[in-house]
Amino acid sequence: MGLTIAAENLRQVFNRQTIFSKVSFTVGEGTVLLIAGRNGSGKSTLVKILCGVLTPTGGKVTIDGDGALDQFARKARVGLVAPYLQVYEEFSALENLHLSMTLRGFRSDPSAHRALLERVALDPKRRDPVRGFSSGMKQRLKYAMALSHHPPILVLDEPMSNLDADGTAIVRSIMEDQRKAGILVVATNDLTDCDRWDTEVNLNEQR
Amino acid sequence: MNNADRYSTRWLRATTAVFLKDWHSELRTRYAISALGMFVITTISIILFSLGGEPASPDVLSGMLWVVLFFAAMSGLSRTFVMEEERGTAMTVQLQSPPSAVYFGKLLFNLVLGAGLTLLTVVLYALLINGFVIRSYGLFAAVIALGSIGLATASTIIAAIIARANTKGTLYPVLSFPILLPLLMTVIKATRMASEGASWSDAGGEFQILVSYIVVVMTTSYLLFEYIWKD
Repeated sequence: MGLTIAAENLRQVFNRQTIFSKVSFTVGEGTVLLIAGRNGSGKSTLVKILCGVLTPTGGKVTIDGDGALDQFARKARVGLVAPYLQVYEEFSALENLHLSMTLRGFRSDPSAHRALLERVALDPKRRDPVRGFSSGMKQRLKYAMALSHHPPILVLDEPMSNLDADGTAIVRSIMEDQRKAGILVVATNDLTDCDRWDTEVNLNEQR
Repeated sequence: MNNADRYSTRWLRATTAVFLKDWHSELRTRYAISALGMFVITTISIILFSLGGEPASPDVLSGMLWVVLFFAAMSGLSRTFVMEEERGTAMTVQLQSPPSAVYFGKLLFNLVLGAGLTLLTVVLYALLINGFVIRSYGLFAAVIALGSIGLATASTIIAAIIARANTKGTLYPVLSFPILLPLLMTVIKATRMASEGASWSDAGGEFQILVSYIVVVMTTSYLLFEYIWKD
């Protein structure tokens, strides 16, 4: 059996207020998991839990083979694009990609980075700091950074935010490729962001 | 292939990447360097004017040197974690690197920054403050080096703790003072001994305390960092 993510009875409480509870699902390779819900329903919280940057109040998330992997290997399985995930504004796009690889303990490959920037339609020759980029260009860079280490699990929170029509088309192509290559997780309150999904977690029903 | 690299190789690469990221970021933004430099120059100028050319005792001068170093460290050594929180990149690093690589990368950055701060302060202090005389140079260098390492080690973990608080500026020195008190008392005493020409054997007890302090703080920080950093 291929890669699977299993969430068991997840519960999250902030300041004595239950954000969601009894969230359980299992998704396998080649599938799309849609996390839906209104604003404040806990989509981003669930995304952070799945990515391992937040410990849930209750329940657990298991990704196949967790026990046998070191911390680098566990982190390398996930790529995340989210509005609250920031890039380093004082560095160039290429430097951000270099950081994205070396912080994960990988060797940096400039030619692969340039190819990634071309894929998201950013100019690989630009050397200026990212602080001069538009919000849409920063969103494209986040995609390049999330894909730089070829993660089997790609998690997208509000995947189309700040993107123009070209950017949206690029993201749809990335989503399609990821669906075939591993697991795609999409968290959104706009269902037009995701053409199709195999499993849906609706957080409006999980209080 | 990258994935075939051993864990230790990847850990070293990630730790170095955290250090170099902070280093290059500092060279481009100069937040900490400017804050530290201005603080040291201003404080030494105030000491200079308040002494008015009158010689002070080695006790007072040793104490004042470490007061300058303590407050300078408070103004600059928290930047490494506070910056990550303020610009929202803390989660980016959390997602990419294991906590131990983040901790040691940032500790290394603070050690380098702390060494630069100490060197600048000691040179200015020795040149400008009348009556600050060192008679045991080797002892003084060792005390300054160990004190600087201790200051950077404790400051790093305290910076990680306060980075998410709303009142970072006031919380940092308040939380640091009790943790740094044993270090400060020891280095002030050892600096006075160096200025009075004490031998290495005379200061043996102080060195034992300094080394023990560094080992204990670094080990505790390493063990606690994952809990402080993650949620």
